[in-house]
Amino acid sequence: MKMATLLKDLFPPYASLSGWSRRRTDRCILGFCLLGSVIVGITVLALANIAITELADPVHLFEVATSSEVVGSILLTFGAGLNAVLLLILFGTPLAYVLARSQPSRKKEMVESIIDIPLILPHTVAGLLVYLLFMRRGWLGAPLSDVGLAFEDAYPGTVVAMLFVASPFYINTMREGFEKVPVHLENVARTLGATRLQTFWKVTLPLSFRHMYNGSILAWGRAIGEFAAVIMIAYYPFIVSTLIYYSFTTDGIRTSRSIAFTVIIVSFAVFLVLRRLTRYVGRYDDRV
Amino acid sequence: MLQITGLAKTLGSFSLKGVNLSIEDGEYFIVLGPTGAGKTILLETIAGIHTPDTGSISMNGIEISRMDPKERGVGMVYQDYMLFPHLTVGENIGFGLKQRSIDPAAVREQVRDVAEMLGIGHLLERSPETLSGGEQQRAAIARALIIKPRILLLDEPLSALDVTTRERLRRELATIHRMMKTTIIHITHHFEDLFALADRVAIMQDGTVVQVGTPEEIFQTPATEFVASFTGMENVFHGRARIRDGEARIELGPISLRTVAEIEGDVYVGIRPEEVIVSREPFESSAVNTFQGSVTEIRQNGMFSRIVVDAGGVPFVCALTRQSIRRLGLAEGEAVYLTFKASAVHAFPR
Repeated sequence: MKMATLLKDLFPPYASLSGWSRRRTDRCILGFCLLGSVIVGITVLALANIAITELADPVHLFEVATSSEVVGSILLTFGAGLNAVLLLILFGTPLAYVLARSQPSRKKEMVESIIDIPLILPHTVAGLLVYLLFMRRGWLGAPLSDVGLAFEDAYPGTVVAMLFVASPFYINTMREGFEKVPVHLENVARTLGATRLQTFWKVTLPLSFRHMYNGSILAWGRAIGEFAAVIMIAYYPFIVSTLIYYSFTTDGIRTSRSIAFTVIIVSFAVFLVLRRLTRYVGRYDDRV
Repeated sequence: MLQITGLAKTLGSFSLKGVNLSIEDGEYFIVLGPTGAGKTILLETIAGIHTPDTGSISMNGIEISRMDPKERGVGMVYQDYMLFPHLTVGENIGFGLKQRSIDPAAVREQVRDVAEMLGIGHLLERSPETLSGGEQQRAAIARALIIKPRILLLDEPLSALDVTTRERLRRELATIHRMMKTTIIHITHHFEDLFALADRVAIMQDGTVVQVGTPEEIFQTPATEFVASFTGMENVFHGRARIRDGEARIELGPISLRTVAEIEGDVYVGIRPEEVIVSREPFESSAVNTFQGSVTEIRQNGMFSRIVVDAGGVPFVCALTRQSIRRLGLAEGEAVYLTFKASAVHAFPR
């Protein structure tokens, strides 16, 4: 449906198929469409390819998809992603607010660059950084393992790796949301008797809630898709990426393909629901 | 009384550099100045949004410059209304009372009262975005008034409105001030606001206050080029307008001016210096205002020189070229006649 509206925008009705010969087509736009369709084409082909092969053997697909190994791994991945996002909301939201409200300065630029570091690093490097910091003898890993929190080949390791690579997505989206809320609105609230925290809670956050939601979805998507950074610190327990890689290298193509297809279906479904919910979430964002 | 002493604050490219002001209780105080003069920072620093770098602000002798905004008892109204878009008009107005954990029924009652006073009682359930500019600004004023502020800060409250709405709301501001006797500090770009509202005016430029006085004082002896060019009228006098036998006159104490404006009551009168003709002898013409006076001052500046003529105790500023001054042989103490048309006398109701 999106594609149809897109085409309608580019070629107004009188220029579309029926009037093709009567009116000169915009060659530039046509060329752009052809070039762009390579990208869309690859995705569509890849999905069609796996779907057709997998649906040809539904029994095997069902067997793999319902196996406790796969179900457990999907739940683990989604759960760890959610855990990372919750931590991001807790620690990233205040940071995003401070950045949105501070005057441009060398210091602010530096902090913003630090936040973006996970974006530019190869994922293995990101994973190595996390590993070195959180391993049993790492700067943070050592004191935390003393209180019983182990990261190597453990769930907290998965979460912390996901948190690291997903953080820029959440923080940057949230910051944009806060920047959109006029600071004068906060000033008014404060003169009316609200403290800074009350102002944040009652004025700023309700007006940027959709950014929080969208940032969370982005970060969650990034988190559950992570592979390299996670295996550096937590090869076990298997998140779906690791499971697929493991099954690809041990069982071969057939099983790993079925797991992959299951993950595609589940991810699609979840993202579709989450995107749908956007309509009902943060409807006040449009008013600022 | 609000006493501001040596107030300095730098925020990005804007700054206040040593502002001194004292504002009496119940005064309607207008702050005027070109863009970038630091007027908004001044208001926000009084409100407690910014902490001053140096200097002090005291209210009735109590230092407030380090106090949290919520403790200062100030109300703030911005040019672009700044109603909370996620709350209804009623919830917006009641916001301040709700913060004070006042009983919801009492809040509703007070919201209704202040909304009725501002003529928006029928809009309480609506969302702010569905209101016209004038209605939104009324709601913003109501929201600030409901907390009974000791000082009401207005940052160009009428600038975003169309001319008709602006005039109506200006009259309402005057009424509100008369009724509530709240101290008001009002930033503006419109000289009509000065005439209609101000008890006193402060002129700000480059982060400092360059002049404070009544509107008359400010215009008669403008300290900066900005003020002089602000209205183009340096002859600003306070008077009483009356219509007698179909003739509109404005009494300025010793002398009375003929005008074409058909208004009565308290007014400010403005006359452009270029519209006053200076002559050695009285002459017959269609211009109905002629007064005798004597030159008290000649100021050379630019292409036109300003000469001040005292006519029956009223100092008129006239703009003449240097050649004219030489031709008429004008000097301080010389007797001259001033002539101007009734249509050159602009009257602004108070």
